[in-house]
Order: sequence, then C-alpha cells, then structure tokens
Amino acid sequence: MNDQLNAPRPILSVSGVTKRYGDRIAVADASFELYPGEVLAVVGESGSGKSTLLNCVSARLRPDEGRVDYRTRHEGMAEVFAMSEAQRRLLARTDWGFVHQNAEEGLRMHVSAGANVGERLMALGDRHYGDLRRNAIDWLSRVEVDTTRIDDLPSAFSGGMRQRLQIARNLVTKPRLIFMDEPTSGLDVSVQARLLDLLRTLTRGLSLSAIVVTHDLAVARLLAHRMLVMKGGRIVETGLTDQVLDDPQHPYTQLLVSSVLQP
Amino acid sequence: MTTASIHVRNLSKTFVLHNQGGAELAVLGNATISVMPGECVVLDGPSGSGKSTLLKCVYGTYRATSGEIVIASDERTVDMRVAQAQDILRLRRDTVAYVSQFLRAIPRVPAIDIVAEPLLTGLPEDDEAATHARSEAQQLLLTLRIPPRLWNVPPATFSGGEQQRVNIARSFIRPQPVLLLDEPTASLDAENRATVVAMIRKARERGAAILGIFHDEATRNAVATRVVNMADFQ
Repeated sequence: MNDQLNAPRPILSVSGVTKRYGDRIAVADASFELYPGEVLAVVGESGSGKSTLLNCVSARLRPDEGRVDYRTRHEGMAEVFAMSEAQRRLLARTDWGFVHQNAEEGLRMHVSAGANVGERLMALGDRHYGDLRRNAIDWLSRVEVDTTRIDDLPSAFSGGMRQRLQIARNLVTKPRLIFMDEPTSGLDVSVQARLLDLLRTLTRGLSLSAIVVTHDLAVARLLAHRMLVMKGGRIVETGLTDQVLDDPQHPYTQLLVSSVLQP
Repeated sequence: MTTASIHVRNLSKTFVLHNQGGAELAVLGNATISVMPGECVVLDGPSGSGKSTLLKCVYGTYRATSGEIVIASDERTVDMRVAQAQDILRLRRDTVAYVSQFLRAIPRVPAIDIVAEPLLTGLPEDDEAATHARSEAQQLLLTLRIPPRLWNVPPATFSGGEQQRVNIARSFIRPQPVLLLDEPTASLDAENRATVVAMIRKARERGAAILGIFHDEATRNAVATRVVNMADFQ
C-alpha cells in the first residue's frame, strides 16, 4: 500500500492528440504516459503516423486536438502548448533533446564538431571558451568520436559519426527527455550496433526518458521498456516490449511480428 | 532478505491467431498452483502441455486470458494479469527473475557487463557500484567455469553451453525472492549442471519461491520440493 505513496509519476502525459493534414488524419486520439527513466518505442510501418506523433509530443508540431503535459524541473506538470513560444524553445534546448533520422537536420553543417556540441551550452549563457571546449571533448569521447576531429566540420564525418555527434550535441545540456526519430536507420549494421550500445548506456546511466520511433522491432527489443504500435494514425496496441513482441494481441501487431526474422 | 510467494488461480491462456482466420489455441486451461518461500515446485508434462506458457504468464510476458496470478510479498501484492506496466517492471527489477535456456546477447556488450547489469538497473551512474557489480559478476562467472579470457568478449560467439551459463549468472546475480526457471540446465555438461543445481538449492534455502521446468529427471529430483503434473490443469 505504501506503493501508492512512492509510485513514480509520469514525466510526460499525452492525451487525445489528433493531427490532420486536410482531410487526412495523421494521428487520431493518441494518449499515453512516459515515466522517468523509461524508454518507449513507437513502431509501425511508413505512413502510420509515428513521426507525426513524435513531432506533436515534442512540440515541433501543434496538434489540432488534445494536450501534452510535461513535468518541469521546478513547477510540476505544465501544458506544453499553453506555454509561451519562448518557454517552449527553452525547454526544447535544455530539458529535451531531439535526434533526427538524418543527422544533417539536427546539426549545423557549417560549424565545427566542437561548436555543434557547445551550441546548446552557449544558448544557456555559457561563454567560457575553456569550459565549452572541455565539455565538447568530454562528449565527443563519450560518443566515441575521435577528439582530434573536434575542429573538423560535420560534413567531413561519416554517417555514423554524424549521428553520434548529433546525440552528443543533444545530451550536453543533460536533458531529461529525448525524442528520437529512426536514429539507427540508414546506418551500416556495425555502426548501428555501436550506436545502439551507446543509446542503451546513456538511457540507463543518465536515467534519461526517451521516445524512440523505429520501424525496426529488434531496435525496440534492445532499447525499449514499453512499446506503442501504430497503424493508420491510431495506437492499436501498447504493452511491455516482451508482451507486444512475444504475445501480440492486435491483428496488425501479429502480422508485423510474424513478418520479420526473430526480433 | 524479503520473501514472496506465487499464487496462480484458475489461470487460462488462449492464443487467438488473427492472421490464421482467428484460430484459437487453448494452451492452458484452469491452472491453480501456489509456491511458498523455500519451495521449488517443478512442472511436469509432455511438450505442448503449457509449462512454458504458465511460466511466461507468471512473468507477465504472456497476457493471461483469465484467472489470477498473484505475486505477494510483505511490501506489495500484484496480480500480474491486470498489473500496470510500471508495476510489472518494478516487480521484475526487485522481485521476480526469469531464467530461460537462451541468452539474448547484446551487440558489443562483454559477458561480464551482461552479467553485472541487473545489479545496476535503476541506479544512477556510480563508479563504486559498477566496480562492485563487476566483482560479483566475476565470482559468478568463475563459479560457472567461464574462463577469464572470455569475460571481456561479447557472448554472441560463445558456445551454447557457455551462453547458457552467462545467462544463469546474469539471472542469479541479484538474489530475487521469486525465480522462474525454464530448463536452465538443458545443454550443460554434468559438472556445470551440478553447479547450477547447487545454486538453485542455495536460493531455495535462502527462502526463494521457485517455479521451474526440468526435463532431466536427476536434476528435477535434486531441486524439487514438489512436482505438479500439467495434466491436472486440462
């Protein structure tokens, strides 16, 4: 019964989120909660609405209906779309991180790797060159990017390195919540394994919460505590990762799970 | 050391295969079984009689169709069939371990870290805790005869028996009040089987409630306090 007292409270609460593009419903009535330290995978095929859902809950896209509440560090739950634009932007570059499928979208390609990592800190008022550089070196080594490359442009990096740089750039402000859109797709298998290992370590060690959109059930199995399955803009099934993958209930989830090799 | 007990009542599990025209597979009907602290109850019955399904329902991997699956300890009482995801995750972290014969290797992660991981989940990053967890892991790997030259190698390339022993080490590193064992000794040689039997008996003596499947009769006789026949549940 004392469980009731110290039961963890969600860090993010999404309710009734709906997004339309003209007549087409991209996301219909999506509701879920995310808990501190939890990794949630959103799976489904292309066009199922998973990226739109991610964009809505990360406040990059305003939903037509529904609300998103986030537990801020000091003021408890706050409705994200009721905040001012400035508050929301601050949240997005301090407490949150967003990792794009294409690293180019999440990086500034014309400034050095070090400056990419330091940018969010500078936005928070850190102007001390030595500190910024030390932080950049620390984070580059944590994501296994050769620190002698700190002054190189990301355009000179491989795809896998760019993706790791994007992650370092996001994590440098020690966010509590990170959104990831297909973070490993388009990478070679060996690079993918390295990135997955990194993401596992980071989400465990920093007790970071994360929402990961992926079409790869093996990625979900490796990273996520819990899963949402989307089809046609709707969440058709939710559950613990092993429940959804080993005992799928919805016809679509059963089809999805039976269509891949041993996730 | 906290203890816990398992109370399964009228548990049934039917799989509905929507892509096979909605075919229904009734794998388990009306299972009732209790396991108290210090007991090791072994499920007996031929392949397909629902032994593994029962274990997976108790762990929450399979969602039971009807009945109750109560895990009761001093701290909390949870019905796995209807529990929230967060409660199941907490129970798996603090109370229930599930040991299968298969290791799910994680790319790039060395054996020793795979074994140490359960001691570190839910904790903030801490060097001292990590050092302690690794030294516990070393002890277990030694006990289970995994040579030190393999400790820093990811187990994907290990033999079946070695992987199985890494998996057992990982499952036993945190002394959980409830153990669910699905053929943990299946492909082990006699010497290692004896080691695992000793570990299970030790867990029983410290008060763990154990529910298991062992096809090998000698192993079953060495660990079981009671044998339950699946035919009773049809």
